[in-house]
Amino acid sequence: MSIKEAAPAVPTVRTSPPPPRPTKGHRAWDEVPRWQIYLPLGIYLLFTLIPFYWILLFALRPAGSTSLVPWPMTFDHFDKVWNERSFGTYFQNSVLVGLATLVMTTVVALAGGYALARFDFKVKRAFMLALLCSQFVPGALLLVPLFEIFAELQMINSLGSVVLAETVFQLPLSMILISNFIKNVPYSLEEAAWVDGCGRLRAFRVVVLPLLRPGLIAVGSFAFVHSWNHFLFALMFLNNQEKQTVPVGLNTLMSADSVDLGALAAGGIIAAVPVVIVFAFIQKWLITGFSAGAVKG
Amino acid sequence: MIGKRFTENGETVMAQAAAVAKPPAPPRRRRASATPRRLPYLLIAPAALLMLGFIAYPVISVFYYSLQNYNPTKPWRNGFAGFDNFVHAFTDDPLFWDTLVFSAKWVVVEVGLQLLFGLALALIVNQTFVGRGLGRALVFSPWAVSGVLTSAIWVLLYNSQTGITRYLADMGIGSYGTSWLSDTSTVFPAAIVADLWRGVPFFAILILADLQSVSKDLYEAAEVDGASRFKQFWHITLPHLKDAIILSTLLRAVWEFNNVDLLYTLTGGGPAGETTTLPLYIANTSVDAHNFGYASALTTVAFVILLFCSMVYLRLSKFGGESK
Repeated sequence: MSIKEAAPAVPTVRTSPPPPRPTKGHRAWDEVPRWQIYLPLGIYLLFTLIPFYWILLFALRPAGSTSLVPWPMTFDHFDKVWNERSFGTYFQNSVLVGLATLVMTTVVALAGGYALARFDFKVKRAFMLALLCSQFVPGALLLVPLFEIFAELQMINSLGSVVLAETVFQLPLSMILISNFIKNVPYSLEEAAWVDGCGRLRAFRVVVLPLLRPGLIAVGSFAFVHSWNHFLFALMFLNNQEKQTVPVGLNTLMSADSVDLGALAAGGIIAAVPVVIVFAFIQKWLITGFSAGAVKG
Repeated sequence: MIGKRFTENGETVMAQAAAVAKPPAPPRRRRASATPRRLPYLLIAPAALLMLGFIAYPVISVFYYSLQNYNPTKPWRNGFAGFDNFVHAFTDDPLFWDTLVFSAKWVVVEVGLQLLFGLALALIVNQTFVGRGLGRALVFSPWAVSGVLTSAIWVLLYNSQTGITRYLADMGIGSYGTSWLSDTSTVFPAAIVADLWRGVPFFAILILADLQSVSKDLYEAAEVDGASRFKQFWHITLPHLKDAIILSTLLRAVWEFNNVDLLYTLTGGGPAGETTTLPLYIANTSVDAHNFGYASALTTVAFVILLFCSMVYLRLSKFGGESK
């Protein structure tokens, strides 16, 4: 729209203090009463934070305590879950699966995203349609055929099966996101690099890739977090306890006959730590990551 | 000319190109080797192969199995079944209808409430106020939490001995030993609240992202015309968010329908099958009962329902219509 260009019609020379905005008896547009912000936000934050506090409380207070503050503090639950309930092994497996999924998703989606952003080719429309349609295919409902494929490939009980399955279901959205990020990098930059004698690959690496960093961080983090969190594929394709991942371990703790609440809470916190770190790390890219290709770049 | 440049994103390209300020280069011939004709196909090949092998092929085999009697534990009965599986589901399986009804209820209530709270939260944290950064981070934080971890947290909150009900009973609300998850009258709201906790941030993030692109000048103009804040929301904000809301509700509805992590671990579909969605029923049918043929038929039905509902929804909401 052209409203933006029309806006600074009045010259804004700040020689004298800016004149007060004409209020004409009602509020300026951005003045919302403070209580209308803090009250609902406060109530919602209670709803968000009490569960987090609850799990911390259970993880840190001794078994059998009903105190509402985690004091005296104990790390027995963590010790127990990490060593006796093999969360140490699960954690290692989950990190492996998460990192492998991150790398595979990013590399494959980067190649495909580049093709979608920069070329016009015959099957492009059909391919885009397939990407969108795949969003409607529920991974959970494909468990049986996927299991048979992995059995055929002799990959049952290998972390590779989970990595493959996670990657495949991450790909469509990642590819669309990355192609939007690439579209926001002016093609003229690449062309200039070719003129200067760069090959296409080198031009991409030197010119485009650095500009894609925020986008790649967003996509990679999503891939890692999703595969870290996802549970059903690992539950189905990994029968060996040595190969299980953290969410499956948590489920085992929960479905025990008498649930050890302290151990469950400690296991939950172990499951949350990497996600919280990733989340804190991508905070500032999160909003732009989601609105990529819409208006902002 | 291969390697054609697209111009849908003209504005952004121009904005960034202006920053670069490249003088119009003399039209030089591009090196032909830089854009071989097969390059785009090579680039999408890995993604296409992965999706063919692990999405398309399984989908086709589900369709195929849906017409078979297929149960690895009863091999003597395996073979072509025609539409028997489908007939059985629609005429002879009350569980199928129950799970279908519950799925609809679950998706509609979850997505509706998530949208409502997510929209309200996005509008709030879009304001300028002291502590906005921290407020946003805290509000969004459950977004990254998995379904299983959400279940773990709410199992701790809901458990009858040391859960929240105990402390509520201490304050005189309710009675001791109440377990919301094992009572058929409370399990639905209890599960809904647990999933809301994790689902609202998704909408809040998406809507906030879209709110960034509303032109502030529009509000100023409306303000000059004396429009109330509600009118501004109704006539400026909401129309702007329309496409984002339609798309995110659709994606979320499909996701809520398909995703079994939370209910599988929180209630296991119980008590008494009260919280079994269709996908959960399918998972049980294939994993526990090994009735792959029947599970495949149910999966096919689920596909068709999803596809049909999505199309009707997009048509009714006139997605991408006049405004863009």
